[in-house]
Amino acid sequence: MRCAVGIDLGSTTTKSVVLGEDGRILGRGITNSRSNYDVACAVARREAFDDVRRTLCAGALARTELPAADRPAFLERLRRGFQLSQYLVQLGALREFASAELPAVEALFAGSRLGPALSRILDALEAGAPALFAPDAPRRSDFFRDTAASEYHKLAQSIASPQQPFEALLGVFDKAILKVENRDIDIPFAEGAGRAIDRAILQSCLPTRTMAESIRAVLTEVYEHPLEVVASVGTGYGRARLPFPKEQIRSEILCHGLGAHAMFPGTATVLDIGGQDTKAIQVDGDGIVTSFQMNDRCAAGCGRYLGYIADEMDLGLHELSPLAEKSTRPVRITSTCTVFAGAEIRDRLTLGQRREDVLAGLHRAVILRAMALLARSGGVRNELTFTGGVAKNSTAERVLRQLISENYGDITMNVSPDSIYTGALGAALFASRMALAREEAAA
Amino acid sequence: MSSIATLKDPSQERQKQMIAGHFTRLAKAKESGRKVVSTFVPGNLTELLLSFDLLPILPEINALQSGMRQRSAEFIQKAEKIGHSEDVCAYVKCDLGMLESGNVGPTGEVLPRPDLLLLSYTGCFTFLKWFELLKESTDAPVAMLQVPYQGGGRATPEMRDYVVRQLREVIIPALERVSGKKYDEDRLKELLARSAKAEDDLVWVLESAKHRPSPIDAYFGAVYYVGPIFSAFRGTEDALHYYRELREEVEDRIRRKEGPITPDGPMGEQRFRLVVEGPPNWTSFREMWKMFHSEGAVVVASTYTKVGGVYDDGFRHDPNRPLESLAEYCLGCYTNRNLPTRASMIARYVQDYHADGFLVHSVKSCDSFSAGQLLILRDVEAKTGKPGGFFESDLVDPRYFSAANIKNRVESYLQMIEQRRSKVVAS
Repeated sequence: MRCAVGIDLGSTTTKSVVLGEDGRILGRGITNSRSNYDVACAVARREAFDDVRRTLCAGALARTELPAADRPAFLERLRRGFQLSQYLVQLGALREFASAELPAVEALFAGSRLGPALSRILDALEAGAPALFAPDAPRRSDFFRDTAASEYHKLAQSIASPQQPFEALLGVFDKAILKVENRDIDIPFAEGAGRAIDRAILQSCLPTRTMAESIRAVLTEVYEHPLEVVASVGTGYGRARLPFPKEQIRSEILCHGLGAHAMFPGTATVLDIGGQDTKAIQVDGDGIVTSFQMNDRCAAGCGRYLGYIADEMDLGLHELSPLAEKSTRPVRITSTCTVFAGAEIRDRLTLGQRREDVLAGLHRAVILRAMALLARSGGVRNELTFTGGVAKNSTAERVLRQLISENYGDITMNVSPDSIYTGALGAALFASRMALAREEAAA
Repeated sequence: MSSIATLKDPSQERQKQMIAGHFTRLAKAKESGRKVVSTFVPGNLTELLLSFDLLPILPEINALQSGMRQRSAEFIQKAEKIGHSEDVCAYVKCDLGMLESGNVGPTGEVLPRPDLLLLSYTGCFTFLKWFELLKESTDAPVAMLQVPYQGGGRATPEMRDYVVRQLREVIIPALERVSGKKYDEDRLKELLARSAKAEDDLVWVLESAKHRPSPIDAYFGAVYYVGPIFSAFRGTEDALHYYRELREEVEDRIRRKEGPITPDGPMGEQRFRLVVEGPPNWTSFREMWKMFHSEGAVVVASTYTKVGGVYDDGFRHDPNRPLESLAEYCLGCYTNRNLPTRASMIARYVQDYHADGFLVHSVKSCDSFSAGQLLILRDVEAKTGKPGGFFESDLVDPRYFSAANIKNRVESYLQMIEQRRSKVVAS
């Protein structure tokens, strides 16, 4: 199968989208950008190809006797089973790197002996892994770091002692996780997908052995089917680091414009709020960018601002919006300086204002800044498509809708649940066109 | 390095020597008994000063030279330490900081304190404050020439007469006092005649960018070209020779169908022709130019090369009308023109030079000229149908130059032009 790949190396996350020959999205992958862009790129791409295999599995299942109604559940088991395999391999890597870090950390904490505690924690993590990815378990973060860290912290806290101080155990984790993240782990079929297929078959309690065998055969074939990448295009902040020749690199402005157009063909204006920049883009009827504006010299009011606030309030990024939505009297906040945000929050809370009201005010401040940029870019035209990581935040979305309506009247505003992949999708579309042009030139 | 050095145009070597020579003359002014007059680039009265044997010293030139020599950060810091806010024009702070640091010029020689501050105010409000500050620290007298702003979009005969009257009644007497010499109109006429000749050659050089490929970069390259005529050399034999030599060089490049020579060597294929509004960033000048030429973008016209005088609409200094033409020159500087005129000028450049688009480089610490640039952007887009781009940094304050962001912006802008172009081809 021939496919085109787009990669968006952002400041916070790296995304990849794979398109089939017919232009359909076959797979998406995402990872945190970490300090090593090369690995982030490799991981996002591999994740996208894992996703492609799952898409193909869905098609392949239709060729088996498995009843249509049972297929979604089977696929979800397969997905979780695969995640479990990945998780276990990464835990193995964590164990290896953590052991190597032990002497250095022990030297910092006089009298500490961390080996036994570390083994206990990692054994427990391994033992608890199947439950984390069991069919009925709540959905986890897509990133190994997040899942492993929260489990590790809990265990380290419970077994910490003077010989095995909590800080020292955390120190070992922090050093080792960086190394785990800085290498891409490509799992062989037998250990990864093969095992996931077996697990899903087992968990699904299939009625006959022949059905199980046919499913195994069909899905194995999917994984053995070669995928040929005909073209790749990279975009995003780290694009210069991508191992692509220059003609395969596109600015994220063009990619967001084209990606937004592909998701919502009526798009005329795109607002993208990413980790460190905000872009207001105007596109024509074909998704071609006609003008754009970006934040200058200062990244105030971008996604990182919300990330920082979440840290200040000891909340997860995903917890910000639900709390802000509880606000009844939003506080008026004018500064969008990320560094000032901490002081602003503490000051407001000291004055007795409620957390939810402060949060609502902070969200509004972010969107007000985006409104200024939209105005600068030539205003909002119908339809507006909102993209980037911040588009996932429903308070940001609601405030934007309100301000757009107040300032520009009746405008259709599109937000896709996959908005974070907009840039990568645009890049993949460019790749696909590039492949087509090459073929035409050859013919 | 030597291969690149040998690639430099001979005119650039001459330019460098001329400017350095002027700084040396300034440094030796006291011992040679010459008086020094501080004045600004827009609306400078160089021929008049030279007719009194006075030496002009230009604080903006000092500031930009400090920026290029990577000294501006320290000078700006010094000025902020003595109380100037972060938002104050970086040229002003750089100049004041240099003064505070011993007033050592770009050639390493100490520059003299001025004997007169000739404030030929054209368009920039900060000039007034700048010289108030210089007056405080140098104790030199101030002679102010008030040049009426072209608010209505043109210079009227009344405006010209008003400036001429001030030249006669205020400026010339002040120059007589400081030089101890009588006003010599014949000498002024000789200087103005040479100015006009050099201006002919300069205009010819700037307009050569209409060729494809363009033999010059009319922004990054042309800041060197305007150096002599905007600073201390208008009306001199040196300027005459320089512009003649430059013109011959450019003629030669046109014959050979060659583009400009950049600091990184001869420019390759010219894929984008651009017009630029706003002054360059001096602290990262070379880096910024590279962002353009490495992508095949050549600037074919710029407004910055008109801040010391607009000549491409036919104006020339005129020996037959010495004071009147000096007045018209002051009134006509780019900085003294209103927004609609500036926008029309850019639109005309986009059309006449067959540009693919235009970029506005906005200066963080300059309120006078950054105000209204977004309006210019929209207006020129509407007039030409060509895409405009906008990016921001500063003249000489390196804290405002974010290389990754500017590179990202420029690349995105050029890719947008490319994409639009291929769409037109496809349809």
